[in-house]
Amino acid sequence: MDKLPKWADVALIPLINLILALIVSGLVVALIGQDPFEALAIMVNGAVGSTYGWGYTLFYATNFIFTGLAVAIAFHARLFNIGGEGQAQLGSLGVALVCLMVPWPHWLIALPVAILGGGLFGAAWAAIPAYLQATRGSHIVITTIMFNFIASALLVYLLVSALKAPGMAPESARFVEGSHLPTAREVLGAIGIDFARTPMNVSFIVALLACWGLWLLLWRTRLGYEIRAFGHSDKAAVYAGINPVRITMITMLISGALAGLMAINAVMGEQERLLQDNVLGAGFVGIAVALMGRSHPVGVFIAAVLFGALYQGGAELEFETSIPREMIVVIQALVILFTGALDGMVRSPLEKAFLRFRRQPDKPGVPAE
Amino acid sequence: MNYLDLIQILDSSIRLATPLLFACLAGLFSERAGVFDIGLEGKILISAFFSAAVAALTGSVWLGLLAGIASSMVFSMIHGLASITFRGDQLISGVAINFLAAGMTVLIAQDWFSQGGRTPQLSGGARFSPIELPFAEALSGVPFIGPLYADALSGHTILVYVGLLTVPLTWYVLFRTRFGLRLRAVGENPGAVDTAGVSVVRLRYAAVAICGVLCGLSGSFLATGLAASFTQNMSAGRGYIALAALIFAKWRPWYALGACLLFGLLQAISNRYSSIDLVLFEIPNAFVLALPYILTVVILAGFVGKAVPPRAGGQPYVKER
Repeated sequence: MDKLPKWADVALIPLINLILALIVSGLVVALIGQDPFEALAIMVNGAVGSTYGWGYTLFYATNFIFTGLAVAIAFHARLFNIGGEGQAQLGSLGVALVCLMVPWPHWLIALPVAILGGGLFGAAWAAIPAYLQATRGSHIVITTIMFNFIASALLVYLLVSALKAPGMAPESARFVEGSHLPTAREVLGAIGIDFARTPMNVSFIVALLACWGLWLLLWRTRLGYEIRAFGHSDKAAVYAGINPVRITMITMLISGALAGLMAINAVMGEQERLLQDNVLGAGFVGIAVALMGRSHPVGVFIAAVLFGALYQGGAELEFETSIPREMIVVIQALVILFTGALDGMVRSPLEKAFLRFRRQPDKPGVPAE
Repeated sequence: MNYLDLIQILDSSIRLATPLLFACLAGLFSERAGVFDIGLEGKILISAFFSAAVAALTGSVWLGLLAGIASSMVFSMIHGLASITFRGDQLISGVAINFLAAGMTVLIAQDWFSQGGRTPQLSGGARFSPIELPFAEALSGVPFIGPLYADALSGHTILVYVGLLTVPLTWYVLFRTRFGLRLRAVGENPGAVDTAGVSVVRLRYAAVAICGVLCGLSGSFLATGLAASFTQNMSAGRGYIALAALIFAKWRPWYALGACLLFGLLQAISNRYSSIDLVLFEIPNAFVLALPYILTVVILAGFVGKAVPPRAGGQPYVKER
């Protein structure tokens, strides 16, 4: 028997964790002499109070869905992929190469190839840490951290040498017009809905498809079963004939590819050229998103939208008050701390409460498991 | 490159290696006791901020140092609470601590000084000043060894020498005292330590506390010795390089000194030259900066000597089920 009913595990605990994180964030805001409730109102209004706010919120959310799913699938195999940042950097390189190499006539042709390019480059960047973890036992957390730094050095180098466009700034040439992804304003404008000018674009649909695809993979295919079985108990999985090297490799390749896909939103959809840092910490936000979403695609989606709102609201906060943008980073840290590391602090008293609550109607004398 | 250039590079390698060394030894204590710590970066950063801030406000670098150590200790205790008491995931706790430091430092800096997330420039008594080693002046005339001693080794701030002395101290504590034996045992087999009647929780908290003090020294040196103020995200990945050095050193104090000096040298080289011109090809600066990370992956892969972490690292200890 589970100690907690499913709804408590899926909804109640994340909610309590989130509220704790928000209370502490509110205290921080109060400590630097601002009104936390006013700050919250500005953030909520800035994030979802207009189509402009929604556009940015969902634009950020698209990034976080990809990186969150990347961390989530790795969590299912009990692998901690902290390298989403580097894999997304490489993904942006892949997407940029695709967009720069070919004079694309239309985005409908360019997008699938860019997805392939970003996914392939992201997966390739995850492949070496995955291989080392699977065959040589090198801890994947450390190797993926190292690969984050190597990726950023690689991009810095490429953008002052091979890929550098003429001019002072270390950035690539602009992508061709044909690779421009339609924005929400263009798409919704075509059917007569007025939407503010924001970077939100069709990648959002790709992100939703990725959520659905990952759910299908994890819970409706044999491979997904093997990944989850491996995550629950690697020994039992090996006993059942599941090859640990294969599962580790496949999981990390998918994870890296998902992180790499972030680039179609950030690079192809917004920047339309390759900069030295296109990821801006989204790889790390993925960790918070996956933790809060309990590694389930639906949870990841909700958490990603929440974090998207947080990022957009935080930008408004800086605009309207003297609270710097870094408030977002603090809230993000507290969410990771409470939902990830301090989970046991909420969970064990709650488990005890539920057990006591449930024991009375049960058969007396038989101790509950 | 002549001999004087070499001396200058060595001089700045030692200076750049010092924050790495403190952080690396901090990680050594923590990980030897079985508590993984990827939050070194965050602790360096928070300590850098509070040392610079308090030094700027009081004009005393020593008070700054104390504040830096105290703030780093607070973060260490959060890590201890999450990973020892509540048996949470140590890696995730470390990630959270890094973000917490990155955000809080700018937030508080903006609130206190309103200079866009930095502290005012430190000068005079608010900074550590260089000290001359004995006979540096007299020996500087001696060919070859003289400049090495007088210019590369002498003339650093006190914390550089404290850092160098911490290496033998760490070795002594870990390998020659009862506390050290227990601390290492708790990282390999906490069950055995518990059976012997020694508190696993207390030992791990002690290790995490030492880690906090050393990270505090690292950050304090960064902001008041190496630089003259706190700037946003000034730790710039040093916590992660220290982690790399720790693996490179295979969790041993003397090797840690070697690894940190090597990584310090790489930083010094990349600071000085925009690219290194070998006769046949050119090594780009970015490659020199990425070299510590590449080397660590190679070491981790086990192609050049195998790095085996403490066996119970990363696992919370459950006394009874």
